[in-house]
Amino acid sequence: MTMTKRFFLGLAAGTALATLPMTAFAQDWQPTRPVDFTIMAGAGGGADQIARFVQSVVEANNLTNRPLVPTNRGGGSGAEALLHMNGARDPDHTLMVTLNSFYTTPIRQEGLGIDIETFTPITMMGVDPFVLWVHKDSGITDFEGYLAKVREMNGEYVMGGTGAGQEDSIVIAYMSGVYDLDIKYIPYDGGGAVAKDLAGQQIMATVNNPAEAKGFYEAGDFVPLLAFSDERMEAYPDVPTMKEMGHDFSYYNQRAIVGAPGMSDEAAAYYREVFGKVYDGEEWQSYLVSESLSPLPMDEAETRAYWATQVANHRKLLAEIEG
Amino acid sequence: MRQGEISLAGILALFSLYLMWKSAELPIGYMRGQGPGGGFWPFWLSVGMLLSCVAIAWNWWRGKSPASVSDEPLMDSFGWLTVLHVGGGVIGFVALISVVSMYGAVCLFLVYYLRFLGRHSWVLTLVLALFVPVLLFFFFEGAMQISMPQGLPFTQPFFDMMYDIIY
Amino acid sequence: MEVLSFLTSGVLTALEPINLGLILIGVTIGLFIGAMPGLGSVNGVAILLPITFLVPPASAIIFLAAIYYGAMYGGAISSVALGIPGASTAVATTFDGRPLALQGRASLALVTAALASFVGGTVATVFFTLFAPLLATVALNFGPPEIFALMLLAFATFVGLGGDDIPKTVFSICFGLVLATVGFDTISGEPRLVLFDIQGFIRGIGFIVLAIGVYGIGEMLWTIEQTRGEITTTNPKMTAKGLASDAKEAVQRGWKGTWIGSILGFFVGVLPAAGATPGSLMSYGVAKMLSKTPEEYGRGSPDGVAAPEAANNSASTGSMLPMLTLGIPGSPTTAILLGGMVMWGLTPGPRLFIDESEFVWSLIGSFYISNFAAVLINLAFIPLFVWMLRMPFTILAPLIFVLSIVGGFAASRSMHDLWLIVIFGLGAFFLRKFDYPLAPAVLAIVLGPIAEPTLRQSLLLSSGDPSIFFTRPIAGPITVIAIILILLPAIKMLRGKRRVAAD
Repeated sequence: MTMTKRFFLGLAAGTALATLPMTAFAQDWQPTRPVDFTIMAGAGGGADQIARFVQSVVEANNLTNRPLVPTNRGGGSGAEALLHMNGARDPDHTLMVTLNSFYTTPIRQEGLGIDIETFTPITMMGVDPFVLWVHKDSGITDFEGYLAKVREMNGEYVMGGTGAGQEDSIVIAYMSGVYDLDIKYIPYDGGGAVAKDLAGQQIMATVNNPAEAKGFYEAGDFVPLLAFSDERMEAYPDVPTMKEMGHDFSYYNQRAIVGAPGMSDEAAAYYREVFGKVYDGEEWQSYLVSESLSPLPMDEAETRAYWATQVANHRKLLAEIEG
Repeated sequence: MRQGEISLAGILALFSLYLMWKSAELPIGYMRGQGPGGGFWPFWLSVGMLLSCVAIAWNWWRGKSPASVSDEPLMDSFGWLTVLHVGGGVIGFVALISVVSMYGAVCLFLVYYLRFLGRHSWVLTLVLALFVPVLLFFFFEGAMQISMPQGLPFTQPFFDMMYDIIY
Repeated sequence: MEVLSFLTSGVLTALEPINLGLILIGVTIGLFIGAMPGLGSVNGVAILLPITFLVPPASAIIFLAAIYYGAMYGGAISSVALGIPGASTAVATTFDGRPLALQGRASLALVTAALASFVGGTVATVFFTLFAPLLATVALNFGPPEIFALMLLAFATFVGLGGDDIPKTVFSICFGLVLATVGFDTISGEPRLVLFDIQGFIRGIGFIVLAIGVYGIGEMLWTIEQTRGEITTTNPKMTAKGLASDAKEAVQRGWKGTWIGSILGFFVGVLPAAGATPGSLMSYGVAKMLSKTPEEYGRGSPDGVAAPEAANNSASTGSMLPMLTLGIPGSPTTAILLGGMVMWGLTPGPRLFIDESEFVWSLIGSFYISNFAAVLINLAFIPLFVWMLRMPFTILAPLIFVLSIVGGFAASRSMHDLWLIVIFGLGAFFLRKFDYPLAPAVLAIVLGPIAEPTLRQSLLLSSGDPSIFFTRPIAGPITVIAIILILLPAIKMLRGKRRVAAD
């Protein structure tokens, strides 16, 4: 073999050239202390799992020179995390993993004085669709059957969810609105608890992310009836979508990483590169498939525009629920 | 003691009233078909606190509890001084965290306690006051990856140096 | 005996050099993390999660489970040696562990805790081996009304725990329950009791904040003031002989609590919403109720140390069950373990035992080995912790304050909570001076956040009809027993009065 030192040097130089714009950018700024990686939810749950997954990938591949420190600040439906970000002492070292309470909590709790437009978009890791589930013993096999059953029960049909103003309650409220359903809604403190009580038939149906219901689905206990995604989901090709039912509605939980208000452009660029690598990596791509997340890559400007539409949408949806 | 008992019951009763008032921001009643509202649980438990305070006052009046028949002072001057020194020290400790960082505050608190309250030698005091924060730093920041408060910006160069060592 | 062959191969996997090494390291790490007030298994497991990308999934979860185990053993060390329950699971251990330490019998308390933990963990593992899938179905039958009934029962077992002054005990319970509601009401999705409109309260008041305030600051202040700073706990030097005689005494005086804790802890731990903390509290209460010498409890009874310690280990094994078979974490730690399993491409749920039986059985096998390793390592370190207690009090006291504050921050990551710890500490000191029992408040802040939502969920289910707690087949009997237990002291008192009148 004639792999000389020069060959390696040339190779290194070549790679350096090819990736010059990015690395040059990154070298301008590097974290000097541990990075606060705030999670907008408690331990367990989807957001927490994703945050710890991302952190593990970063750690295992040595992508940052300072560790990411995951911290759960789920109090007050994410209010705690938002306040923490808003008052971050050191915005360049403060990141947050979001779910949709990123939009809903500032709307519902105006007293917090949070304006999410001031936050810094980093990376959109994907969006998590919602699916309507029932237990197999209920005998319901399709959405029409479900509608018939809910109407027959006349207000006694029990669904579980994660609480007023939370993602699933928005979906359920929309569904009850368009089909004129009277549903009894029981709030729980997490998607896992909801799925468990559906498995034990304490409640009759849920709107859960696929990841939370997957184990029971594979065991045949849960039956998916309707997906609230834009298109049919790969994992459940036979399950129709709300859009096919003639209602222009889809709803996703956003799994994104955002920076604290006031983060410098250099720091933001650094983190975008790091999490971009995570996003492109094999680990994350297979996670997207196994947990049925949809990819939704966006750059900074697109993300800001997306936030604006999401805030407007949520304002409307929440107003409909509460009005 | 006798005076203290009733004063404390009074303060706690006022606090219960505040909690009742604050809980009433959410519905405290039993809503038809839905069960209790969001303020129900804290409100009625605060009522429980208030009633307990009334019962404590009643026991005090009848002289049923040991404290209500005791003529001894709550604490003698030595007791008050101890509480002032130790409790004040802890308050000072927490207050200093936002200024000189957690580790700085630990160091100062140990110097204060060991040297001025414990009357240990300067050598022992300084060894512990320097050794303990460094140990805590390696344990929390290094091993456990928990970032402690870093105080005002002037402590930053020090932390940057320490992070270069451990990562 | 299919189970036996599965188990044998599982134990053999756990004994492979790499796995055995990971168990030993994991248990030791867990032990020290658990011994720090404010830190618990959740911290250890979370930090070491990324490392597990480097080893096969079975080894990874064995490692993490070993840390979990070690931390459960370690929790007792903080409760006994420092008097601060490091985790909510170890609250009940302070009730008798601390008095023993102050009497100079810290080694007895620690040995009892270690042995009881070992029995608890092993009993639970045996149950786990034999009945795992069956128990999972039982767990599913526990909906909100059942869990609430169980919480009621937990409170009932504690009726006798307070001091002699009933109004002060009631005050303490109510106070703890109200504190637990501060922050945010999940049912209505509204902020609630944001005291004095300080936004820091939105996150709520955690158990650890109250516990560190009451035990780490308040009790310490009280001890210093009472003893005029000249406390002398003469914990004798530890020798191998002393260890052996302590072990003998621990077995003699703690076996009853150990069995109660092992069995009760497991069944409560299996229920996803309950977990190890109610398990250990109820075991303490039940052990006291069944004891011939209940007056010893709270004054340094080895049974009082053994029951909660056996229970929290037993329950933590139990809480693995809903995680594995239902994909439902019973505690923050199992939640992170669950995340780990997802990372390794495993789907926890009803099919895990069938599809990944090798993985499951090597984990179960490792429980046996971890337990064995944990008790040996723990016993080996006891002299070190007892030696720490021999330090002059003027050195030990500031170190306990430092650990309280640093650990308090580590647990909460908020300055707001540190100030609360100080306020609770000073408040607890004065309440203590006037004989207000504070243990009931600490218990209430642990159980309240489970009791209130389940009560309201149940009433939502029944459209506001409270008979739901009596008519369901599992909830009904539990509720009735709980109510009888609560009324028992009152009935006894009435009877006693009547007898006096008759005389």
